Amino acid sequence: MTFGLLFEQLLNGLQFGVTLFLMAAGLTLVFGIMNFINLAHGSLYMVGAYLALAAANWTGSYLAGVALGLAGTLVVGMAVEVVALRNLYDRDHLDQVLATFGLILFFNELVAIIWGRAALFASPPSWLAGHIDLFTGSRYPAYRAAIILVGLVTALILWYVVTRTRLGMLIRAGASNRTMVAALGVNIRLLYTVVFGFGAALAGLAGLMAGPIYNVQPGMGELVLIQVFVVIVIGGIGSVRGALVGAIIVGIVDTLGRAFLKPLMATIVSAPAAESAGPALASMLIYLLMAVVLAFRPQGLFPARGG
Amino acid sequence: MHTPLRSLVAAVSVAAFAFSAPVSAQQKVKIGFISTFSGPQGVMGQFMKESVELAIDHLGGKVGGLPVEMFYGDDQLKPDVGVQVAEEMLKKNQVDFVSGIIWSNVMMAVVPVVTGSNKIMVGTNAGASPLAGSQCNKLYFSTSWNNDQTPEAMGKFLQDNGVNDLYVMAPNYQAGKDMVAGLKRYYKGRIVEEVYTKLGQQDYQAEITQLRAKSPKAVFAFYPGGMGIQFLKQYDQAGLRGQLPLYTVYTVDEISIPAVKDAAVGIYETRYWSPDLKNPANDKFVADYKKKYGKLPVFYGAQSYDGIMLIDSAIKAVKGNLSNVDGMVKAMEKADFKSLRGPFTYNVNHHPIQNFYLLKTEKLASGDIEMRIQKTIFEKHKDSYFQDCKMK
Repeated sequence: MTFGLLFEQLLNGLQFGVTLFLMAAGLTLVFGIMNFINLAHGSLYMVGAYLALAAANWTGSYLAGVALGLAGTLVVGMAVEVVALRNLYDRDHLDQVLATFGLILFFNELVAIIWGRAALFASPPSWLAGHIDLFTGSRYPAYRAAIILVGLVTALILWYVVTRTRLGMLIRAGASNRTMVAALGVNIRLLYTVVFGFGAALAGLAGLMAGPIYNVQPGMGELVLIQVFVVIVIGGIGSVRGALVGAIIVGIVDTLGRAFLKPLMATIVSAPAAESAGPALASMLIYLLMAVVLAFRPQGLFPARGG
Repeated sequence: MHTPLRSLVAAVSVAAFAFSAPVSAQQKVKIGFISTFSGPQGVMGQFMKESVELAIDHLGGKVGGLPVEMFYGDDQLKPDVGVQVAEEMLKKNQVDFVSGIIWSNVMMAVVPVVTGSNKIMVGTNAGASPLAGSQCNKLYFSTSWNNDQTPEAMGKFLQDNGVNDLYVMAPNYQAGKDMVAGLKRYYKGRIVEEVYTKLGQQDYQAEITQLRAKSPKAVFAFYPGGMGIQFLKQYDQAGLRGQLPLYTVYTVDEISIPAVKDAAVGIYETRYWSPDLKNPANDKFVADYKKKYGKLPVFYGAQSYDGIMLIDSAIKAVKGNLSNVDGMVKAMEKADFKSLRGPFTYNVNHHPIQNFYLLKTEKLASGDIEMRIQKTIFEKHKDSYFQDCKMK
């Protein structure tokens, strides 16, 4: 294992991590502030990917696609909150799970009706299709480097909004004590809608960036959703900082596990044993990590204060 | 006395004919077709259903000369749901045949249910090895292949061309291991590394980084469905396509090409059929499919089309007597129909003996990206399990 290889795998892990973070940020805020479990978060990821692709094909510009995709997911998210989810805040978690699971089926069928069941073609813009040369002498896809950059910048903006602005103050207050915030005259309903909408837009951003790498098709959000739940459990529910740290840990652990666990095990146990146990263990690694975190810090690494 | 009696007989026989005629007109064949129609893999089921409907169009709306009623069932990619759907078809709808099924695990669960009711099962995709070997059944026919045959063909091609230092990648589940086993039955060159990834994995960048670090001479991959789309795109984005030859099975097809476009160009596959295979039945199928659905058919559809044609030949052989199951089995063993793949005979285990070809994805002068047959690798290839089949 050379240093160059390790560095490149760390970049891969970081890139996977920031994608997870964009999903986790919205989900953890909604869960922390509204005490609401939203299984349909993966659907918003899918909606973002589809809207951006459709808008890019329509306008002929990648950036216009990104802008319209983001705005579209924001609107869809807010509409879903106002129409469906608003009535579920006082219900228990099982009702919420049932209703948002229904939304998953609804959105999957809806995109299948509009765009068909077959996967659609999405490509990175031509100015990001190339490679950048790493100092290690290896090459890295420019598009993935751009994802890392966008993810980190978004994290920075989110940190600024949550800790330095009035909206952020209300969000934090809402996470700590909802009743008190409402009693102080804040329009908590509007706040919920805004938070949900921006959470949706972040999921949409993750989805539209994932489109050119993965595939754009009905049900694409569900595969990511499970890993996102692992992230927010590890990071601490309701905490954006926890989501960022959790996402990067999960991204790097998963990537390094897939790359290096088997050769590492082969040095300890026999090669055939490593051959069969390595891949199985690598795919379990993030869940094992979650179990360990739950055992020692059930509230997660960076729990939101209050509750 | 004579005349009235004669006219009475005539009247009775006319009446009998008049009453019996509607009965025979009502006699029809019912076929249950099980596939995956929902979820991300639902697109495969849709291609199969479209091909079945085209087959019935080509037969003039009848199968075996009888009016046909089709029942389509969605197995949701779950064996238990597949069994439920099959039981409903057999008990409630009283179907005469069950056909379809994409996944080996669903097939393994459904076959005993159908054959246990003394009905014929025509599998049109899944090629689980036990059904070709120890668990073969006289009421089970396949119009597709045994899982191992396609990678065997690729293994033979790589071996014949002296390819060495092969990097092998597949998802970590039974079919993934089977594909690699099939490859290794004919490929005896050096294997740099065998990598098994998580089933349903989306991102292969970590594996591609490892692959590049090992600098192999060629790559063999098996990534069906959505995994293939992701793998092909990322292989291309990593700049490996064109640098490092990629040989795949069940990864590039007419479903994935529209989703990956240029990322599929130059990739090799092995298969028993391709839209450009030249024979009158296939020319008609491909042309009519394009006209009716505005896209190219895929092999899942071609073998489903063959399934209906096989059933058609069986019913014709017993002159529409659907209760003569043994007669239909005998007729099906002759494979007396025009298969889209050209030469088609049945082995003793009711699995096809067929040719396998090397296919390459090419960008045509028109700008369309299509698969083209390069050469024949196997002629009349038998699967490796038929000796274990103790039928009859």
